[in-house]
Amino acid sequence: MTDQPLAPSRRSLLSMIGVVAGSAAMYHAMTELALADTSTFKGPIKLSQPPSGASVLVLGAGIAGMVAAMELRDAGYKVQVLEYNGRPGGRNWTLYGGDTYTELGGFTQKVQFDAGQYINPGPWRLPYHHQGILHYVNRLGVALEPFTQVNYNAYVHSTDAFDGKPQRYRTLQADFYGQIAELLSKTTKQGALDQAVTQQDREILLDALKDWGALDANHQYATGLEAGERRGFASDPGGGLNSVPIAGKRIEMNDLLKSGLWAAIGAGLAYDMQSSIFQPKGGMGQVGKAFGKALEPLIQYNCKVVEIKQGDKNVEVSYIDSRTGGTPKTMSADWCVCTIPASVLSQIPMNVGGPMKAAINQIPYMAALKVGLQMKRRFWEQDEQIYGGVTYTNQPNTMIGYPQWDFFSKGKGVLLGSYCFGTPAYIAAAKPPEERIKDALEYGSKIHPQYKDEFECGVAVAWHRVPWTLGCAGFWTEEARAKHYDNLCAMDGRIVLAGEHASRIPAWQEGAVTSALDAITRLHKKAMSA
Amino acid sequence: MTIRVAAGVVLALTATAASADTAGLAPKPNARAASISGFFSPFPFQGGEAIYKGVCQGCHMPDANGAVGAGAYPSLAKNENLETAAYPVSIVLKGQKAMPFFAMQLGDQQIADVVNYVRTHFGNKYRDKVKAEDVKMMR
Repeated sequence: MTDQPLAPSRRSLLSMIGVVAGSAAMYHAMTELALADTSTFKGPIKLSQPPSGASVLVLGAGIAGMVAAMELRDAGYKVQVLEYNGRPGGRNWTLYGGDTYTELGGFTQKVQFDAGQYINPGPWRLPYHHQGILHYVNRLGVALEPFTQVNYNAYVHSTDAFDGKPQRYRTLQADFYGQIAELLSKTTKQGALDQAVTQQDREILLDALKDWGALDANHQYATGLEAGERRGFASDPGGGLNSVPIAGKRIEMNDLLKSGLWAAIGAGLAYDMQSSIFQPKGGMGQVGKAFGKALEPLIQYNCKVVEIKQGDKNVEVSYIDSRTGGTPKTMSADWCVCTIPASVLSQIPMNVGGPMKAAINQIPYMAALKVGLQMKRRFWEQDEQIYGGVTYTNQPNTMIGYPQWDFFSKGKGVLLGSYCFGTPAYIAAAKPPEERIKDALEYGSKIHPQYKDEFECGVAVAWHRVPWTLGCAGFWTEEARAKHYDNLCAMDGRIVLAGEHASRIPAWQEGAVTSALDAITRLHKKAMSA
Repeated sequence: MTIRVAAGVVLALTATAASADTAGLAPKPNARAASISGFFSPFPFQGGEAIYKGVCQGCHMPDANGAVGAGAYPSLAKNENLETAAYPVSIVLKGQKAMPFFAMQLGDQQIADVVNYVRTHFGNKYRDKVKAEDVKMMR
């Protein structure tokens, strides 16, 4: 059973939870395990002059493939790239009005968005510490703008709590922290923590709790001005007459606990979700486009790889036209950087050793769904003062993302109406696109009743139906990593693999970048000593 | 294959048992109603046809003929690999290549039902039935 996937362990599952949701669940877990992997990017790569005439064939023009191609070309290698799609970028992808997308099964969607509106079906954010991908974004001259992960005025929502009424993130967090601080203060004063805290530290702890939880002079999280500075007011302070702030009523701890909404207020605490985060202006796909332009003559599009064969002297790759099929053509080079997703690569004949093969065969790809919904007006801004950020819900759509550009525009806007993983995403993939959109509208209208009047058109991408990935990203378990990860990454003869699946930052573009840089560094070393 | 993750450990709002316990995330009783929103939430379908249409056809397609892109989803129609029932049971439980494992999202009866459904539909005519106990033994 060596090529069977291994069930996820705690660590891999938790990292997945963090990657996909920016969720509190990850934070709760991280505090226990302290297990965040950081990028290994250490600045621009410097490869020496390669042997004269040395050549590399790169398979896949996604982020990993294009980073590899660009750096190898710059070093002096003769580089060629084969890409399945008719565009560069891979999962770095933006859908604009006028685009047509056909998923497996032949379901075709024509995106009806207005000019300037878009949705990123794949990655949508660039954390500040992902310095590898940020390096290339800057090098390519792609403009960035801020991406807000945590919006204090967005909602946390559960159909099972507060009669299904969405709550403001700000209020929930303030009331939860405040009452925890109050409880802990009481416990401290009662001496229950004397074993853990010295007499001197006790006073400091009480001050800290007062500060952290916005408690009053009596160490109570009371309905008053202190709390209002965190949770907001029933009526905000203002200027002139009739400007006295009116405090709101706190949500009681037992209601908070029962609601389950506490689980949504840790978003933004996880390393990958902390400010600052960026997004490319005009969509994530601008990065792929810029890469493609920079590599223009090297990339051959619409090529479906059907065999990868290495010999003593070179690597020969057979490919057919991805649209029309036909007789395979071949292309060869001294070396090969293969960034084809493992889900696809596992089905392509390739003469590598057993360990690499076993590694490729045991990476299932995760289910994910994104739905873009164009609304006639930006009611979330105009009616509810929500500018960017994310609302979390216990419904299958999981998240609602608000557009992070064109704030205060009087025009239209595209909401990310659903961003879910696992079970709800599998269920969505089994439905036709129009039903996925209908579902997203149904769930979303429980939070924003304006949906029904304002909706114009949508597009839904279920990643298991994406023809060139068969899923959204490689799903690693801790056991599988221990057993197979090094074998996946190790060079096999003249072939080396790269991509987010060959990284410890799965599903993030930073994983693709750092994996590609590591792969070509080892390839180069081997080429120099060959 | 070992199953070491609680089905209750799921995304944000469905994570009533979100914090990991050191014993390897043994399932915890969940006081709240089951939700389908979590990463490994159970699929809410009963009966082979409902499970096939609710889950499997996402990749294997409504007609079970599979699909071809850069890679392919195999056709389950008139599929001789289904002759030995243990094979599809094992694939559904443990996955294989691009096929994810469903051991955590589907119960024994659900897996038996959907395997029986596929083995008697789409041009497949295998008469022997898989029972929930058979699936349990293969976990």
